[in-house]
Amino acid sequence: MAEALVAKKEASSPIKFGKKEKKLLTDPLSDNNPITVQVLGICSALAVTTGMKNAAVMAVAVVLVCVGSNVITSVLRNIIPKQVRMIVQLVIIATLVTMVELVLKAVAFESYKALSVFIGLIITNCIIMGRLEAFASSNKPYESLLDGLGNGVGYGLILLIVAFFRELLGKGTIFDWKLIGATPEYLINTTESWLFGWYVNNNLFVLFPAAMFVIGIVIWVHRAWRPQLVDVS
Amino acid sequence: MHSTRSVIIFGFVMCVIVALLLAGLFNVLKPIHDKNEAIYAKKAVLSAVADHIDGDFKDLDGDGIQEIFASQIEQLVVDMDGDILDKDGVEAKGHLGGLAEHVDMAREYKKPIEDQILPVFVFTKADGKKYYILSTRGKGLWDAIWGNIAFEQDLNTIAGVAFDHKAETPGLGAEIKDNTAWAKQFIGKKVYDKDGSFRSVFVRKGGARDDVYEVDGISGATITADGVSEMLSRGLKYYEPYLKTVKG
Repeated sequence: MAEALVAKKEASSPIKFGKKEKKLLTDPLSDNNPITVQVLGICSALAVTTGMKNAAVMAVAVVLVCVGSNVITSVLRNIIPKQVRMIVQLVIIATLVTMVELVLKAVAFESYKALSVFIGLIITNCIIMGRLEAFASSNKPYESLLDGLGNGVGYGLILLIVAFFRELLGKGTIFDWKLIGATPEYLINTTESWLFGWYVNNNLFVLFPAAMFVIGIVIWVHRAWRPQLVDVS
Repeated sequence: MHSTRSVIIFGFVMCVIVALLLAGLFNVLKPIHDKNEAIYAKKAVLSAVADHIDGDFKDLDGDGIQEIFASQIEQLVVDMDGDILDKDGVEAKGHLGGLAEHVDMAREYKKPIEDQILPVFVFTKADGKKYYILSTRGKGLWDAIWGNIAFEQDLNTIAGVAFDHKAETPGLGAEIKDNTAWAKQFIGKKVYDKDGSFRSVFVRKGGARDDVYEVDGISGATITADGVSEMLSRGLKYYEPYLKTVKG
């Protein structure tokens, strides 16, 4: 009797981290990744991956919005009228995005300028709305938090991987720190050089098409590594 | 299923909460936003004389920029006849604050040419040398481009430039801002010829053909580069009456 009570107490405790919870958190990182498996949120993945710094700020913003909107939707899931749930979800997302934008403008103005409209466009990021509709509106807040965190980080992870290759090959830098290729001064004064000084920046990688095939290659590698993800149909 | 009544009440309460939340946050952060905007604009002006500032320009923080701007920059606003406008004159043109830093070039650009006013920033280096920073604005490929051009004391030789843009293509047109080596080409170029008539600096596709009045273009950014040439030849000419009064 006492054992059953303890077990029941454990099951209803909100901060349990068992197999199921771990799966919620880690699944979106690889086997159910929003970008490479579900192919959602591609638009912003194309636009903000020209540099690691922008990608990192964007990733943090999306994680915050994803976690926040998931938790709020989950807490309110029983009082949100079913007829207008989509509108309510959009209002929640839009509110959080606007808050993130206002805070970013106050604490990191340069990043705010660099990301310009793309922060606002998180509102239309299908990953977030998708998680609200598919998960948060029918699950408890704690699970929704893990799900939002997992999906946000899964999205950010791909963003950073793509940005790494685009910045390295396109500008020869990582986080604006010169790694390979000639310094700008090299173009005027050819006696100055740097590691891999022969490398000429490939401008294509700074342009949008590069994001398309870098993501394509990431998806390819991912599926070669996890063959069960291959869509046989 | 909720009744229509409860849906409406829910919507109303939601809107009020969200509106209060966002309005409150906006008002709390407004002073910080304004400060950031001002620093950003001042940094854009100072980056034209980045090589002449004591210490490393990249290491300057917001306070450092405010400090230099307050102690080493003299702000003037002139009209198309070269006359200096006072604070009220500038505010009458619609720029609250009345200093050169408050002049919104985007708004001036839309006015008829004879009504436009121009900001002038005079930077005094620690050794007493003066640099005149002039602003200009034009069109790139996709949207507006603008720049601050610093002149030596002879008001002819360029001491540094800083261009910026709203929406040029990264890696192509955006190089006018990102590629510091390209901007450095402008240093030492002149805008007046030997007879003293205005000539401007031309961005030449395929490589400069003149040592004094031309710089190399950017591959793949012909239209942005043409926009730079156009805004320099037009925008700097606007300052001619004022520059004449300074030269005496």
